[in-house]
Amino acid sequence: MNFWKRLIRIDRRWIFLLVWIAVTIPLLKPIGLPVNVTPPAKNLYNFVDKQKPADKAVLLIFDFDPSTMPELLPMGVAIMRHCFAKKIPIILYGGLYAPGAGMVEMALREVKSDFPDIKYGRDYVFLGYVPGISLVILSIGESIKGTFRNDYYGNSLDTLPLISKVDNYDGIGVAIDLSGSSLPQLWASYAYQRYGCRIGVGTTAVSAAQYYPWLQTGQFVGMLGGLKGAAEYEKLINMNKIPTGRMAATIGMDAQSIVHLLIVVFIILGNIGYFVIRKAERKG
Amino acid sequence: MRRTFPLALAFAFGFALIIQYFIPHPLSQKFYRIMVQQWLIIISIFFYIFAWRSFGIYHINKVKRKKEGWWASIVAIFGVFLMAGAGFLSNRGFFFDQMYNYVFAPLQATMFSLLAFFIASAAFRAFRARNLEASLLLITATIVMIGRVPIGAYIWKGMPKLVEWILMYPNMAAQRGILIGVGLGMIATSLKIILGIERSYLGGD
Repeated sequence: MNFWKRLIRIDRRWIFLLVWIAVTIPLLKPIGLPVNVTPPAKNLYNFVDKQKPADKAVLLIFDFDPSTMPELLPMGVAIMRHCFAKKIPIILYGGLYAPGAGMVEMALREVKSDFPDIKYGRDYVFLGYVPGISLVILSIGESIKGTFRNDYYGNSLDTLPLISKVDNYDGIGVAIDLSGSSLPQLWASYAYQRYGCRIGVGTTAVSAAQYYPWLQTGQFVGMLGGLKGAAEYEKLINMNKIPTGRMAATIGMDAQSIVHLLIVVFIILGNIGYFVIRKAERKG
Repeated sequence: MRRTFPLALAFAFGFALIIQYFIPHPLSQKFYRIMVQQWLIIISIFFYIFAWRSFGIYHINKVKRKKEGWWASIVAIFGVFLMAGAGFLSNRGFFFDQMYNYVFAPLQATMFSLLAFFIASAAFRAFRARNLEASLLLITATIVMIGRVPIGAYIWKGMPKLVEWILMYPNMAAQRGILIGVGLGMIATSLKIILGIERSYLGGD
């Protein structure tokens, strides 16, 4: 009884220490737990994979900032690698909020050196921030040139060959929104429902559950959920002999597994303590 | 006049855009294009003016009145001007990139990663099977938490499939109910604003 009381009232810094150990050790000494691929991730991969190089482009939207970067940036990196390897034209968009542009630059820095034959303007374009949120989604449906006028680096969009071929959703095979907020719903509501552009989504693990209705109706072609989703995409591109880089998400999966297990142990211990104490208090 | 004019504007443009959706005539399409590509984007830039105003008023008052944590407001004001200055002066060049990559990104990532520690502590202290509903939530959450990571399949091969079933059926049914409710609520609120029944956005009342 005293043991459980003491355990329930344990200083939370001990819990923090255990979490820190559970994160650090698997990162320093990876276990290599196998990652299984879920249907939503496989569907997104297949949808991107079936795009033809000379046909439509992929619009990859970085609707996130550094707070959700550990989960979402590896998704962006893996999808970029997939498109570059298959020579699928890709329009990188820094997202509906300003900090996303920095995320695109981070992803490009990681990927570009593995694909030296990829040329800016012909194979990919980087669009920066324009205020308006949902209005930007609608405006892209009318004209990309009319919405942005210049790319992120300040070049006029008229000088970029890719944009002369792709000026609205008609030239986009799939728009993939990477976001930890509810922005993918806006892309589905405006880009898909109004203009018929197919939407894929990459989101944080905590947001993934809310998108299952959209997956079931086909409004989203597929989904990557959390770090696990990113690791699944990394596994899929690796299976297809595409350069994967350091596979940041796969490395993180061991640490995430151990921390989840630790939290479950905490929940079980907390509940045992709760019932033992409650029973003793009822007795007298 | 101060109230009637904004109400008339909301009514006119709200209905114009609803009606426009159903008219494919080139004039209607041109009206739509001008609205979304010019007018509305220009109006949305004014959000920033309001944001800066609110930010300034809040933090300057806090510093003036020496409220608890007033020094943090000085840091916030300094940070805003530093980042904006870096953007303007270096035209998103070296200094801005360095600030973004080595100050903004690590700070924000650190703040968010602290969540893992607090969730672990909260799970231990507050996640209790007090009644049937709480027990169902607890069991489901535990299964999903384990099944969504590779160790779940390592413990039991069927775990990922069970998790996918939970997300695809019971979770989806509940989410869909919420979505439909939210959608109906949005339609009702939009109509109330367009018709001038809901006026709280004008302030007062």
